[in-house]
Amino acid sequence: MLKKEEKLVFELSVPGRYTNLLPGCDVDEKEITGLIPEEFLREDDPDLPELGEVDVVRHFTHLSQKNYGVDSGFYPLGSCTMKYNPKVNEEVSRLDGFSKVHPYQPEETVQGCLELLYMTDKFLSEITGMDRFSLQPAAGAHGEMTGLMIMKAFHENNGDHKRNKIIVPDSAHGTNPASAATAGFEVVEVRSDERGGIDINALKELMSDEVAGLMLTNPNTLGLFDENIHLIAEIVHDAGGLLYYDGANANAIIGISRPGDMGFDIVHLNLHKTFSTPHGGGGPGSGPVGVKKQLIPFLPRPVVEYDNSRYYFDYDRPLSIGRVKSFYGNFSVVVKAYAYIRSLGADGLRKVSEAAVLNANYIKEKLKAYYHLPYDRTCMHEVVFSGQWQKEFGVSTLDIAKRLLDFGYHPPTIYFPLIVKEAFMIEPTETESKETLDEFINAMIEIANEAKNEPEKLLNAPLDTPVLRLDEARAARKPVLKYECG
Amino acid sequence: MKVLDGLKYSAEHEWIKIDGNKAYIGITDYAQHSLGDIVFVEIPEVGSELNKGDVLSVVESVKAASDVYAPVSGKVAEVNEELADSPEKINEDPYESWIAVIEMSDLSEAEELMDAREYERFCQEEE
Amino acid sequence: MSYIPTTGEQQRQMLAEIGAVSIDELFADIPESVRLKKELDIPKAMSELELKAHMQDMAGKNISLDKYTCFLGAGAYDHYIPSVVTNLLSRQEFYTAYTPYQPEISQGTLQAIFEYQTMICSLTGMDVSNASLYDGATALAEAASMACESTRRTEIIVVRSIHPESREVVSTYARFKGMTVSECGIKDGVADLKNLEELLNDNTAAVLVQSPNFFGAVENIREIAEIAHRNKSLLVVSCDPISLAILKAPGHLGADIVAGEGQVLGNPVSFGGPYLGFMAAKKDFTRRMPGRIVGETVDRNGKRGYVLTLQTREQHIRREKATSNICSNQALNALAATIYLSAMGKNGLKKAAELCLQKAHYAYNRLLETGCFSPAFESPFFKEFLLIYHGDVDKLNKHLLSRNIIGGFAAERYYPEFKGGYLVAVTEKRTKEDIDRFVSEVISAC
Repeated sequence: MLKKEEKLVFELSVPGRYTNLLPGCDVDEKEITGLIPEEFLREDDPDLPELGEVDVVRHFTHLSQKNYGVDSGFYPLGSCTMKYNPKVNEEVSRLDGFSKVHPYQPEETVQGCLELLYMTDKFLSEITGMDRFSLQPAAGAHGEMTGLMIMKAFHENNGDHKRNKIIVPDSAHGTNPASAATAGFEVVEVRSDERGGIDINALKELMSDEVAGLMLTNPNTLGLFDENIHLIAEIVHDAGGLLYYDGANANAIIGISRPGDMGFDIVHLNLHKTFSTPHGGGGPGSGPVGVKKQLIPFLPRPVVEYDNSRYYFDYDRPLSIGRVKSFYGNFSVVVKAYAYIRSLGADGLRKVSEAAVLNANYIKEKLKAYYHLPYDRTCMHEVVFSGQWQKEFGVSTLDIAKRLLDFGYHPPTIYFPLIVKEAFMIEPTETESKETLDEFINAMIEIANEAKNEPEKLLNAPLDTPVLRLDEARAARKPVLKYECG
Repeated sequence: MKVLDGLKYSAEHEWIKIDGNKAYIGITDYAQHSLGDIVFVEIPEVGSELNKGDVLSVVESVKAASDVYAPVSGKVAEVNEELADSPEKINEDPYESWIAVIEMSDLSEAEELMDAREYERFCQEEE
Repeated sequence: MSYIPTTGEQQRQMLAEIGAVSIDELFADIPESVRLKKELDIPKAMSELELKAHMQDMAGKNISLDKYTCFLGAGAYDHYIPSVVTNLLSRQEFYTAYTPYQPEISQGTLQAIFEYQTMICSLTGMDVSNASLYDGATALAEAASMACESTRRTEIIVVRSIHPESREVVSTYARFKGMTVSECGIKDGVADLKNLEELLNDNTAAVLVQSPNFFGAVENIREIAEIAHRNKSLLVVSCDPISLAILKAPGHLGADIVAGEGQVLGNPVSFGGPYLGFMAAKKDFTRRMPGRIVGETVDRNGKRGYVLTLQTREQHIRREKATSNICSNQALNALAATIYLSAMGKNGLKKAAELCLQKAHYAYNRLLETGCFSPAFESPFFKEFLLIYHGDVDKLNKHLLSRNIIGGFAAERYYPEFKGGYLVAVTEKRTKEDIDRFVSEVISAC
């Protein structure tokens, strides 16, 4: 990775330098003040950089050299499913017939786009055991919010206005309670039992006619499948609530088990996790929401329909929660996910989950002698360790993670889930080879030895990265959030 | 961990120093230590009326946000504006860095709080 | 196709290490009753070659803007995207990276976001920008909710000239968050200020306005700001960032929050997404901002570096008390915007804006000269304008389509009051020849 400091784009700017990308004006030019009143016109130009094309290319190439992607190496970031992003999907999503299509073109000119949306809905419904999907939500958290709005609209439509609470396990992703709040719910936490699943008795006590539903990730954030799922569904449904499935961990169960068959009423999937679309440094993602039949009327509008001759948008949906985003969602992300599903087929999808679970269990088995394993049972697609043995040598999970950087790896997710002290969560995904896993395991063992014998190596890590550990307290105390000239 | 005699302590790790009907309120050494580098203190509004247990302020580190609760009821009479610019003062000297002064509406509430010895024991149990 | 590299033999070795006889054993925790007993009903796998042919076939069923001349805008615009943007975006270090949670190996993403924030602040005239939101519509909805939290009021006024889909998204968010929304009418294509004054009350958190608005018309932001501020309400402005190369920055006209659609900055229309929503605000609102923010700091050696900062606002720390539930940003789209603005630069962006302005006015005059339209408004406009067509808009567009032209937007769909309303967008990509051809086809249709 590039260690040399890269100036900010503004510091590279040279007054008067530019690349002529646009032609001159070929229509009769008028005085601008004759077109727009002077009071509306800007007096001085915005402070944008003045660069030549080579400057721009070098600058952003240098920045890219300070980044680490899945193509750079192993990225075992738990709960994030950093699998390989197939190149063909990138290529096909950029076809003119997908990328240069305007969202308001007449329906007869976008039949391919509509068919793709329609078929993706069908495939995702089949994969999850749901009846209908909306592809409008732009990300996982956006899908959660949408799903919970659907839940609220459903209860309200039944005249059930009391249900203002959502139950969320203490092991849940932070987005669960935050999305519930965005959808106007009060959040109630349910604790986990010693096996890592939902504490059934605690759940029973929390249920009431004020509970709208339960949000659950299964396998949960400990990488464990909640065996009581049927019982949980029964308890929630008996009390008039609905079950929401957070699809963050769906990579463990594709083709093996379906949320719809477990009793879930609403599901969101992260296409940027399970369906291989790239994360883009933090987005764009896509978080489609699927529902059971009774909830279909509440889905965001429009939905795509097919009348056996043509595909079309259906806007006439009086019970719909409305729109949650402009147009129809992050379309080109959906294109990539569609291509992924078609390239793998049913058999290939099932093998994804099998290999993902095998890889996680292999790492678990090979590392459990070196790191504390708080829940020692078969895991699904990810495994949660604790750095508490290493804590005795004065090093923390953060130090272990930083040391991994020097070994050329992206570290696992750290300090999550919150219910495990010094947690680190490893999700290898199915696209990693045994050789890669073995090398990583060896690095982790070496780090465990260093923690014991040379802890300063961890405390000083990383040493081999573009910057060393950064002063986050300074950044937060006196925030510098933009470049100030001079 | 430092605990000062003569102050009263809450189970949420606030300290109060009583001066007549005025109560100076801050967070304890134990609290600042477990939070780490404090980067932001939300300064309460002077004049706001609080019941015991209401959120008085929020103290933030880089990776955590912790509510500070009013250990006694009353009106916020004074606030420590200095903490807005120098939140790190709480790390440096937690017992000098009061966040607000509450004019107590019920003096007996303070008596229910822990004294130094009790608080020390309380923290040991928390570990 | 498969992207699983482990061989059958390797899988057997791994199972042996685990002490399991089969992969199936690893799924023992999943109760039999919820196991899928059949194969998924999904078409069989395709090779890369077959997949590409299939996708090309599907894409081929769509009409694309590279073969058709586009005068359609209405929230998604066909602007020129410099080659460097597409080229640099396809660097894997950018697009296959995760959120920059490990700053030591994410300085590329982080520095680019810092530059993006600076550019957005400069364009909008604001103090602080976040790292981007899902799109312009959700950015407005977030701004509305931010305004309610800041003012502790619960009412939002949206001006009817805001993009109808944005208004709909704001309404959806509002319904569930317990905010009420009222709509300020329009006069001559811009906010009816009298109506605005009537609607304002002591529970109005903010006035939301878009400029240039859905009709392309420039709103009088300064006056709207004065009216809103007299009522101690905030002003949220949505705007077209390219227009800001020549129009006054909303921040200099009294806006408190600026939130808009950034698609025009180097992102293809892509049938509606992914785009990016930008959001910037006055300094006082820094800690109320939703989403990621990048800040400058130093490393252990004192070297300059960048980190995600003020994270206590966010869901992974504050959970249900977070400023928003958003957990991502449109990082790659924001990067496209940053590269676009760097490549265009100060001169290029201004030139693009001026070309839009000139060409749109040329088209406006030429279309009026045909006698097939009457003007809808007299308000000044930027790159888009509304005309009233005397005939049937659908028929007109069908004729244009047969001549490889994608015509304007039939505004009546959202504004029944504008019967025959025809919204035409002209970007810098349209040549005089394109416009003249458009005009002559209109004449032959009307």
